[in-house]
Amino acid sequence: MTATLTDPNRPAQAPAFQKISPARQFKNYLAMTLMGLAFLVAVVPLVWLLFTVVSNGYSALVNGDWWSKSLKGVLPEQFAGGVYHALYGSIMQALVCALIAVPIGILTAVYLVEYGNNGRFARLTTFMVDILSGVPSIVAALFVFALWVTTFGFETSAFAVSLALVLLMLPVVVRSTEEMLRLVPDELREASYALGVPKWKTIVKIVLPTALSGIVTGVMLATARVMGETAPVLVLVGYSRSINFDIFGGNMASLPLLIYNELLNPEEAGQLRVWGAALTLILLIMFFNLVATVISRFSAIKTK
Amino acid sequence: MAEEVTGSSPPAKSNGRRRGDGVFRSMTTGSSLVIVVSIGLIGLFLLIQAVPSLNANNINFFTSPEWATGEVGNLRFGIRDLLVVTVLSSLLALAIAMPLAMGIALFLTHYLQPKLARPFAYVIDLLAAVPSIVFGLWGAKVLGPALEPVATFLNENLAWVPLFSDGNVSLSGGGNIFTAGIVLSIMILPIITAVSREVFRQTPVMQIEGALALGATRWEMIRTTVLPFGRSGYIAGSMLGLGRALGETVAVLIILRSATSSSTFSFFDGGYTFASKIASAAPEFSEPLSTGAYIAAGLVLFVFTFAVNALARYVAGRGKAKAS
Repeated sequence: MTATLTDPNRPAQAPAFQKISPARQFKNYLAMTLMGLAFLVAVVPLVWLLFTVVSNGYSALVNGDWWSKSLKGVLPEQFAGGVYHALYGSIMQALVCALIAVPIGILTAVYLVEYGNNGRFARLTTFMVDILSGVPSIVAALFVFALWVTTFGFETSAFAVSLALVLLMLPVVVRSTEEMLRLVPDELREASYALGVPKWKTIVKIVLPTALSGIVTGVMLATARVMGETAPVLVLVGYSRSINFDIFGGNMASLPLLIYNELLNPEEAGQLRVWGAALTLILLIMFFNLVATVISRFSAIKTK
Repeated sequence: MAEEVTGSSPPAKSNGRRRGDGVFRSMTTGSSLVIVVSIGLIGLFLLIQAVPSLNANNINFFTSPEWATGEVGNLRFGIRDLLVVTVLSSLLALAIAMPLAMGIALFLTHYLQPKLARPFAYVIDLLAAVPSIVFGLWGAKVLGPALEPVATFLNENLAWVPLFSDGNVSLSGGGNIFTAGIVLSIMILPIITAVSREVFRQTPVMQIEGALALGATRWEMIRTTVLPFGRSGYIAGSMLGLGRALGETVAVLIILRSATSSSTFSFFDGGYTFASKIASAAPEFSEPLSTGAYIAAGLVLFVFTFAVNALARYVAGRGKAKAS
């Protein structure tokens, strides 16, 4: 623009690339800043929460009895004993739940991928899995209460908790398994069929083993998720301060239930137990998540 | 059973093999059936056990704020207040989480380098791994007291807005819907972010490059290509988050202080949501008729979340149809 008509080197037209106007530039930077800030805003509560739990709870965990003793006979104002009983309950309830939910979940995913053919029933199943993943944990707990306790007449127990957890775990297992099965290349199936292997054997011996690491990852994540559920244990089993190995009867503690009950204890020892149990629960869940991540990192499906 | 096979066909089989196939096929179909039937059973069982109590109820179930199930002969329970507290806290959570989640999802997919995006996304996913009872603990003991000055400020200066007027519990300690809504927003942030991230990432590269080639700045590119493409997925993810917030139990139960008077439609109210009301009474579930009152509340919650989730799926499905 600055070139005069007499300048022999002037461009034939206005330059093709003009500078971005300050207003547009400003908007661009503003948007970028806001998005970065949104991320930071989300990190603040995470760091704050983790810091609170660790700083309030770690002194309980370093106590030698924490991992190996229950709270049997421990007075409210006395800091002694540990969460062994609750740890056992949390892990046991999640394991029993996984024992029921994993086979059903994997078989459903196999149906959706290998047999469903996107037919009407397959679409209905997918829809129901979506709905099930949105069912609040308290509703699942109420349902099991209405079915298992009121209708069948069983007493509340750890097993009832596991049943409610199954409903919460199923959709996660189905989804992740389905995703993994769809990643298995069709060439593998075709090669197996070409050798005359029947379909079910192809699925059991070729498709599932290929996707195994992904499925295990999904199962670990789902198990971690149900361990943190509190609503089912509130409704379906009573709290016990001592160890109970029987999943079919009696009260059984779990970490969330222990936290909820110790919250009512105004003593300092009770508060310490609350934060200690919260930290233990987070560590337990992190452990499962970590194992899941490690498994998936080291053995992804080779699609090529 | 008829042979329906996707993609590749297995070879013709002898009779012995077909039996194995049939058995395996029925096993997988049966498992799917278990899931479909269990959803139906949830609705059915809750309905069956709620009906006697609803019949024995002496006041209007939908419009009454009262909740007294102690006397079996004189049941008086209504869900008005539960509904108000549930909806207020969930909407507050959604109002906070939606813009944040959109910003984070765009930041992760279109600003950060892919190499960095992975660990950053993992940090957000970590939020989802924190159990709800720990969120409740933190909300009640740490965040609530810390938010007290903010709540007092809003209450004093914006009291003419009904949502910020005096509630039915005292502001001290922060045991109100305001704190609960903020904690809920943190809890639903990961799911909205994860869904939005997924759809934003799938924006056709051609459109993105086209916009950039026409001289759009990065923000203009996002506004003209990524946002229109991802809108339905973003809305669907937000609905899923809303479903979570509606059904969240323990965090709300620990944070909200119980109120003696009925709801005033303010963020500074206490009280119970559907889920926290049920959980609070769980140890005393013995008398079928009074338990039925809570089951009726659970049924309403179930219908509510079912509708929200079905809507989310519908919106997502429509978006997918439009995109392809």
